[in-house]
Amino acid sequence: MRDLTLAMRRRTDVLTTLFFFIIVVSLFPLGAGTEKMILMKIAPGVAWVAALLASMLALERLFASDFADGTLEQLLLTPQPLFILVLGKIFAHWLLTGLPLVFIAPLVGLQYYLPDDAVLTMMLALLLGTPVLSLIGAIGAALTLGLRGGGILLSLLILPLYIPIMIYGAGVVSASATGATDLQAYFSILSGFLILALILSPIATAAALRISVE
Amino acid sequence: MSINWFKYSAPMTFYPLAGKLIPFFGWLTAILMIGGLYWGFFETPDRLSDQKEYYRIIYIHVGAAWMSMWLYIVLAAWALAGLVLQTRLSYMMAAAIAPTGAIATFLALWTGAFWGKTSWGTWWDWDPRMTSELILLFLYMGYMALQSAIDDPRRADRASALLALVGLVCVPVIFWSINCPNPNECAALHQTSKPGGGNMDPNILISMLVVALAFWMYSFYTILIRVRGIILERERHTTWVNEMLEED
Amino acid sequence: MSTISEFFHAGGYGFYIWGSYGAALLLMAGEIIAAKQQHRTILKRLSRMARMNAAEEDE
Repeated sequence: MRDLTLAMRRRTDVLTTLFFFIIVVSLFPLGAGTEKMILMKIAPGVAWVAALLASMLALERLFASDFADGTLEQLLLTPQPLFILVLGKIFAHWLLTGLPLVFIAPLVGLQYYLPDDAVLTMMLALLLGTPVLSLIGAIGAALTLGLRGGGILLSLLILPLYIPIMIYGAGVVSASATGATDLQAYFSILSGFLILALILSPIATAAALRISVE
Repeated sequence: MSINWFKYSAPMTFYPLAGKLIPFFGWLTAILMIGGLYWGFFETPDRLSDQKEYYRIIYIHVGAAWMSMWLYIVLAAWALAGLVLQTRLSYMMAAAIAPTGAIATFLALWTGAFWGKTSWGTWWDWDPRMTSELILLFLYMGYMALQSAIDDPRRADRASALLALVGLVCVPVIFWSINCPNPNECAALHQTSKPGGGNMDPNILISMLVVALAFWMYSFYTILIRVRGIILERERHTTWVNEMLEED
Repeated sequence: MSTISEFFHAGGYGFYIWGSYGAALLLMAGEIIAAKQQHRTILKRLSRMARMNAAEEDE
């Protein structure tokens, strides 16, 4: 809970992530052309790639500041299970970086001519998917704590792991945009990922933290 | 005769054992590879119903692909052994496997591209297997990158071991998601182009298996050589290494 | 396959077949050489250091 208050003070983080997302999303039409049909097709992919990148950017800071001033080591010594602490941090990270994306999704829909149904689908998909991004990303952040390679190394490690979320997250929006109605399967899979990640990721992250700090 | 396996789990005893095994595997590799390829090239028809001579690429392609997948699993197994048993040698083996695995993956992709160009006309096709192979390459590179980025060897070993395990868990998920991007239908695994149609000419099958076996031997060969180097480097402060060096 | 040149030409697919096998041979040979080289270099370097340490102890 302490993390939330700390993070709230760093409101600029939220804005930077948000603006990064908006800029990336806005760049594509400039590069790929503004033809409506093309934009509609690439919208899900673009949105998700932007979400991946935005999530990754903020990951470094997930543990870095605590690592730098030594509080991380103390956290590892507390009787409180590391699982809970890690989950708390990740949740705070997601609130700041993932959740805002859910709300900014309509803007993407606007720029890319997405039908309303697809926009709603995108919001829901992002809602389910961005936490998983934070969860998996946390493992990477814990592994690469304090390393020189830093953010780039983190990206290299995590991006392959993000792929399933992206495939289904973008897939469901595509399907929705082309008029499919039985999206249940997609959401089941995305929810499944979320539950799995909620259980497994904090364990892995905690282990990674111990490895990095000791 | 019961071999005391734990005896060989110490770098000190493994080193000479590896040294003795290396030439054995080297010869096996050469024999199997030459034999398999000879069989594959000369005991099989030049042309098949829907393929031409180029189907012979498959020997190397399949061998490399299988190796790339198996080596990753073995790597993860050693990583797990290291994390659970805390044995140094396990980590050294994992580190020794990585480059061979990465090269096998690259070869699979390269030969796959050549195969694709001849069979279907394109160098790359985003079909599920090749795409997964590409991801596997990223996983290998990530492992090696993480290991080299951390100076402290203990942290480097354990971190990359954890990464390898996370990767292993994710591989089926990744493969499955690429294979079935639409949950209601799954994509064709690999462009259907089995040499000789459904029934494979037994000579081709034999050659393929022999070459695959040759790849296994080759992997043992290179990995054992590499691990000896790693052992020396890591254990350079021990008495047994210094004694051995003074003997030279 | 009657002649050697026909063998290499492989019905017009020579480039692809030998491009694959050639790459494989190159990479595999390269890997073996690199691993052996690495081992030898480490051996040499450590021997030198061991000899230096032994010489120091004699003083």
